[in-house]
Amino acid sequence: MKGCGKMRVLFRKDLMVCGALIATTLASPALAFTACQVTDTGGIDDNSFNQTAWKGVLDASETLGIEGRFLESQAETDYDANINSLVDGDCDIIITVGFLLGDATEKAAIANPDQPFSIVDFSYDPPIDNVLGQVYATDQAAFLAGYLAAGMSKTKILGTFGGINIPPVTIFMDGFVQGVDHWNSVKNDGVTVLGWNIDTREGLFTNNFDNLDDGRAFAQNLYDEGADIVLPVAGPVGLGSATLADELGVEKLMIIGVDADLYFTDTERQHVYLTSITKRMDATVADVIETTMNGDFHGGVLVGGLENGGVGLAPFHDMEAMVPDTLKAELEALRADIIAGTISVSD
Amino acid sequence: MTDATQGRVFGRTQLEDMVIVPLFALVAALVLGAVVMAATGVSPATIAQSYVALLKGSVGSVNAISETLTAALPLVLAGLGLALGFRSGLFNIGAEGQIVVGGLAAVVAGVALGDMSAFIALPGALLAGAAAGAFYAGIAGWLRAATGAHEVITTIMLNLISFRLLDYLLRTPFIQKEDRADPISKSVPDAAELPKLLTFLDANLRLHAGLFLTLAMVAFAYWLLFRSKLGFEFRASGENAVAARFAGMSAGWTIVLAMAVAGALAGLAGANQTLGILGRATPGFSAGIGFDAIAVALLGRSHPVGVFFAGVLFGALEAGGRQMQVDAGVSIDLIGIIQSLIIVFIAAPLLVKAIFPWGFRKAGKRENKS
Repeated sequence: MKGCGKMRVLFRKDLMVCGALIATTLASPALAFTACQVTDTGGIDDNSFNQTAWKGVLDASETLGIEGRFLESQAETDYDANINSLVDGDCDIIITVGFLLGDATEKAAIANPDQPFSIVDFSYDPPIDNVLGQVYATDQAAFLAGYLAAGMSKTKILGTFGGINIPPVTIFMDGFVQGVDHWNSVKNDGVTVLGWNIDTREGLFTNNFDNLDDGRAFAQNLYDEGADIVLPVAGPVGLGSATLADELGVEKLMIIGVDADLYFTDTERQHVYLTSITKRMDATVADVIETTMNGDFHGGVLVGGLENGGVGLAPFHDMEAMVPDTLKAELEALRADIIAGTISVSD
Repeated sequence: MTDATQGRVFGRTQLEDMVIVPLFALVAALVLGAVVMAATGVSPATIAQSYVALLKGSVGSVNAISETLTAALPLVLAGLGLALGFRSGLFNIGAEGQIVVGGLAAVVAGVALGDMSAFIALPGALLAGAAAGAFYAGIAGWLRAATGAHEVITTIMLNLISFRLLDYLLRTPFIQKEDRADPISKSVPDAAELPKLLTFLDANLRLHAGLFLTLAMVAFAYWLLFRSKLGFEFRASGENAVAARFAGMSAGWTIVLAMAVAGALAGLAGANQTLGILGRATPGFSAGIGFDAIAVALLGRSHPVGVFFAGVLFGALEAGGRQMQVDAGVSIDLIGIIQSLIIVFIAAPLLVKAIFPWGFRKAGKRENKS
């Protein structure tokens, strides 16, 4: 029953991806390097998290001629089984996408010590020899987004909500709130953020990463409370929020995207995005594939931040003219300060 | 439905009903699934490859069979419960919620009994799951018996309540895992886990002792329905509630009991997942099994043995679908389409008979009845 509503749309897109996949399979020689990806329940074409990581595999297949395969998880019970069915195959590296696959990946990595794994959004302490964790200092970019949103808000009220209360989600909200606080202290202003209390670690959560109706309902609630800019941190759920912004008009509600530059991935509603907090999982995934291909794989942690381009703030695109030049200059200065360490985002 | 609810001797009509219609429905669904793939631009070679992968991934290796059975177990357990309800004239949509409540109760009891020996902890956890499911379904039964509130509505509403209840309870201190802010329960201690059966062959094989539980429940459901007085009352009130009442059966009690037994079986399905596979409870661990189980119960014609085979078929589709994605790169959503098509054909036996005229007795005789 679950997911039936989106099935029709997803199906065609999936097959197009698959068509391309099969073409590459046939063209490449048998010795080709194979990278396999397991998604979480958001699915491979979530316009966000899983899709960005998959883009890394596709980029690598273009530039390095590797073969890419993916397995979509429909429920949490699939995680172990999906990873296992790839262990049986001939994957040179298995990339699992998401914090929620942390335990399943650990189990599989320990049971199969010769199989290289890489997991997005998770790292192990102590590290496991055959797992490379890819983590992101997303709060650095979210800090900039918070400062920007505070400067752009007319109602002086901003909103945010998350998918599940887990670190890779709340790190966006932490940075966002801190950026707003920074604006308030610099400008002596009183912009408030609804949906996340940085001290109690409580806030608004849909408790899923796939229900677009929730995204719409949560954004509607925040809008009703006066918010005119909303940051949804819940993968495809945010698309529901964008639909609401599209209907209300951007004068009333703007959305800040996450993970990918949603101006490009959600083209139907691209005009509602003020900016996006990008998490370049495609870059790190492609990087990991190349490293592994060259035989330099080793377990540990790979951190993406503002400095190495692992995270960033997307261009304003259609809203370029709306953002005042002084604000743009301040953001540029903030960015330099964060990289230099004069402003510390993470506690 | 009327055919299915009559406890007639196994004859030609029953054979058509229980075996031939489902078989042809499967064939028709697979053919239409291929048409869907072709219509979306998949080459014939890939379609063939998909179905080979489907077969390979469901029965082609020890791991495949293990995965098929692992996926089938909760579907069979919950499906048995729903079948009992259908036979009693109750259309219970609430298996999903009963799985949630049962699975969570099993985890809580398992954690509480974790220091005991496995002979106490495991049965205790399973019983807690069954009891919680029975209680939760019993609410809907009681509402029906006492107020006439229809169980379709109340069980759907109870499903929604259970999801939010799970989100809430998973963040309460007694249940939530230490040092975590997200909704996730403590891990089930080893003593309360359903032991894995095939780890001596390969550590990755997931088939667990829930298999024996499920087989026992198939036998129990058969005995209850066709060999016990209570089952006779269930079926009698399913056939004709008014007649059953005049025969001296308590309509209210029968409804509450039938719902409770159905809920206990769904609760066991939940316990089967949390104690056998996941080792903990998380939001959404029920994963739609309670809804798929409705299809399993219908496909199995509400007969315990039929439900078992229908559950294994759906488990095979799930396990095979995974392989299909790996080998042929075909979307897992296709499996959902095939499952749905099977149900469409099952729900319309006349359509199946029109497509496959052979295999059935001459029309006329039967069609008057249907």
